[in-house]
Amino acid sequence: MNRRTAILLAGFLLLAAVPSIAALLGQPFYVDLLRRVMIFAIAALSLNLILGYGGMVSFGHAAYLGVGAYAVGVLAHYGVHDGYLQWALAIAASALVALVIGAVSIRTSGIYFIMITLAFTQMLYYLGISIEEFGGDDGMRLEVKSQFPGLIDLNNGNAFYYLVLAILVLVALLGHRLVNSRFGMVIRAARSNEARTRAIGFSPYPYRLAAFVIAGAVCGLAGALLVNHTAYLTPEFMNWTRSGELMFMVILGGMATTAGPVLGALALLLVEDVLSGWTQHWQIILGPLLVLSVLFFRRGLAGLLFGKDE
Amino acid sequence: MNIILVLEQTLNGLQLGVMLFLMAAGLTLVFGIMNLVNLAHGSLYMVGAYLATYFYQLTGSFVLGVLLGLAGTLVVGIVVELVALRTLYERGHLDQVLATFGLILFFNELMAIVWGRAAIYTTLPAYLSGHVELFAGLRYPLYRLVIIAVGLAVAGLLWFVVARTRLGMLIRAGASNRAMVAALGVNIRLLYTLVFGFGAALAGLAGLMSGPIHVVQPGMGELILIDVLVVIVIGGIGSIRGALAGALIVGMVDTLGRAFLKPMLATVISPVAADTAGPALASMLIYLLMAAVLAVRPAGLFPARG
Repeated sequence: MNRRTAILLAGFLLLAAVPSIAALLGQPFYVDLLRRVMIFAIAALSLNLILGYGGMVSFGHAAYLGVGAYAVGVLAHYGVHDGYLQWALAIAASALVALVIGAVSIRTSGIYFIMITLAFTQMLYYLGISIEEFGGDDGMRLEVKSQFPGLIDLNNGNAFYYLVLAILVLVALLGHRLVNSRFGMVIRAARSNEARTRAIGFSPYPYRLAAFVIAGAVCGLAGALLVNHTAYLTPEFMNWTRSGELMFMVILGGMATTAGPVLGALALLLVEDVLSGWTQHWQIILGPLLVLSVLFFRRGLAGLLFGKDE
Repeated sequence: MNIILVLEQTLNGLQLGVMLFLMAAGLTLVFGIMNLVNLAHGSLYMVGAYLATYFYQLTGSFVLGVLLGLAGTLVVGIVVELVALRTLYERGHLDQVLATFGLILFFNELMAIVWGRAAIYTTLPAYLSGHVELFAGLRYPLYRLVIIAVGLAVAGLLWFVVARTRLGMLIRAGASNRAMVAALGVNIRLLYTLVFGFGAALAGLAGLMSGPIHVVQPGMGELILIDVLVVIVIGGIGSIRGALAGALIVGMVDTLGRAFLKPMLATVISPVAADTAGPALASMLIYLLMAAVLAVRPAGLFPARG
């Protein structure tokens, strides 16, 4: 067993042990915190597919978090609590939104792509604010969590935790398989040299769009998890600072690595948690910290942990 | 829907347009010349608004507040350039976006620490408040007219500086080939700092003029920043002409959409449905416009040359 596998396995076991450790310490808060971390890790993993491997700098990934959350919230609002239906809609709706946004955005590149994805997400944010039926600015509470009768009860904190962990592992494994498949090779090739990719007979556009839609769908699932975790939803889920945070998780952890986004989500949310415990003005510390990490910490946490080439 | 109301809203659109232009000009200049994406441009807008409000309350003179606010924003802009942004010119856009995102968090929190999180309202001095009767039936706030005049004057001045002066020549040369300009013995670093400070002052001007219309609060810069991004994407990034066209288009579409979309929809669909769909569609209008423009012209309406 090489070093990388050993570290990954240790990390997974550690995450699996969190509910027991928290119970021993009498600190159930940690289960909550880590569940939140893992949900964001799923979202960051999905962003990593297009940002890290595809080189598409999407500054609007929070949109799918919001669409997924609203899909669950809206169905619940009309009395539909069936979890399978809710989550399927969350995935389908965010895939559809990603298809529309991607179809327009991927025609452009570079800075235009960054700004367009940002603007589209902002559009959805304002849409969320202006729909009074779903609470407008204030959002709405999720009175009843998604129901999976006979399978799992999401009101049980530990059970929900293990479900999120299982989904996280599944997403990480499938993502790993995907980027090493023929499809993933084309995505990565188009990132490193578009002209050559065309020359060997691949048109990058459909591949990029497919990756964009997959990323959106996975992030929609994270949104469905998030709304069940917080038990409320507001347009703030789609706020552009959320998109920025997701990007930071990927960069901080290490772009185009499987473990990177998970580490990045863990690091960013833990730092936020610690800083906000110190002072209400924690953002004045976090801001410069982020600037410094961009300027001087280019390899990311995964690079630090696994050496040069994970 | 009478003609007076339409005229009034058109003026409002023009006023929003020149405001957006002041922001967009600085952002697009900095991008065109230094190839830097500066999301913290909205923070400079906020800094301008806070400083002007502070100095206005301190000195009791609106004009002094404006001048000190402008100077203050210029200084803040130059400091930010020297300390943080200078190292980012060589980096990719992703790094620039992330680092300036960090700066936004910093500035928003700094304003909250110094002046509190609550919104600050400012009142206009007597000689700027009140209305002007443009013609029978149309009374328009004097201050908004002043904003339009200042905005158009700055646009003219900017054109003159960029197109007709030696400094403008250097700026244009720096945008098309920075290595060559440096080789000719121009201090390109100083030029960059100057351009950045200049853009910061324009953003500060927009911010301090918006103070008495909107409210001054942390995070105010990001609300306008994203509209400004839409403006420069529509106009073509790096082009001042594009920024002006984009700003006026976005200002008009946004203002007229918010004012008239609901009554117009109500003639087609039921008033109840229009009540819901109108505001939702109006707030999405400029983004839909941007998508439409990009579908036809992916580099914007007036792509920068070179």
